[in-house]
Amino acid sequence: MVGYIWAFLIGIGIIYSLLSGNINVINESILTNANEALDLILNLLPIIVLWTGILKIAEVSGLLDKFAHVLNPLLSKLFPTVPKDNKALGYISSNIAANMLGLGSAATPAGLKAMNELQKINSDKNVASPAMITFLILNTAGVTLIPTTILALRVAYNSLNPGEIILPAILATICSSVAGLTLDYFIRKRSQKWK
Amino acid sequence: MEIISKIILPIFIIIIVFYGVKKKINVYDAFLEGAKEGLVTTFNIFPSVMAMIFAINIFLDSNFLSFVIKLISPMLGNITVPLEIIPMALLRPISGTASLAIMNDIFKSFGPDSFIGRLASVLQGCTDTTIYVIALYFGTVKITKIKHALWGGLFADLVGIIAAIIITNLFF
Repeated sequence: MVGYIWAFLIGIGIIYSLLSGNINVINESILTNANEALDLILNLLPIIVLWTGILKIAEVSGLLDKFAHVLNPLLSKLFPTVPKDNKALGYISSNIAANMLGLGSAATPAGLKAMNELQKINSDKNVASPAMITFLILNTAGVTLIPTTILALRVAYNSLNPGEIILPAILATICSSVAGLTLDYFIRKRSQKWK
Repeated sequence: MEIISKIILPIFIIIIVFYGVKKKINVYDAFLEGAKEGLVTTFNIFPSVMAMIFAINIFLDSNFLSFVIKLISPMLGNITVPLEIIPMALLRPISGTASLAIMNDIFKSFGPDSFIGRLASVLQGCTDTTIYVIALYFGTVKITKIKHALWGGLFADLVGIIAAIIITNLFF
């Protein structure tokens, strides 16, 4: 998927500039691109290193687990088909908690474990269960409290207030999560009626 | 509002550090361990950042976008959405690195404190790479029929994009 899009972007770019006689610009772009990628990584590096350091403290001290524990009762309401004592709920909470803190590397393993647990209680192993769908809609809406890479880039480009976007981003995320979960809820209700 | 956005980060850090001290862990060693992991992660994402910057810049520098914008702008009428944001909104669910590369380009051209710079920041922060996550998560448990997971996720993203535009307008 990403491969096709990557090839499409390069293909369209080069073909269009050949047709519009813009090839000099593309030539220069190809030669300077690599340096721009290095600049971007160097801009991101310090704050990513700083933040992963801080978050490691939260992980080692058990604060991340505690945060997941607080989320658990709230989240279990969203998954009525999963038994209350099922391991999946714990993994789902860890996944969402890690995502909220911007800990992508800790979120993915927890998320995959949650999927494995949900698959164990799934009646048809080829078809997504309602709980899986709810989990993925919640996950992909992506609630992030501290968007480190965005902050890093805003700092690098001399923003006067790099953090000013945090609150709007959280509000927008809440809108998308609520919309996704509401849609999911109504689809589930309707398919239950048909049965 | 401005106060809230300025205290989020310091409050977070003080809670994390104090909790670590309270639990009697070596906070300094934990920090260094995490920081090293961050260093490795950053180096590991460098090839994909390079790949995406390369493709996105060729695409943007070709000016193909202004050609498309000329074609569709009569259809949009009075809606004032900065059109440069559209490719970012389209790529955001597919690749976080691709949308990061576009955000970088927007910051470079318009600055992070411009309307479009803020909108790009909010957009990057409010959704995740839906298609990638769904492919990875369902792939690991070998589920082939995903029902409404994909378009449910994309619907949430669309609402997120619209919310981002409205909220950025309200805030700034």
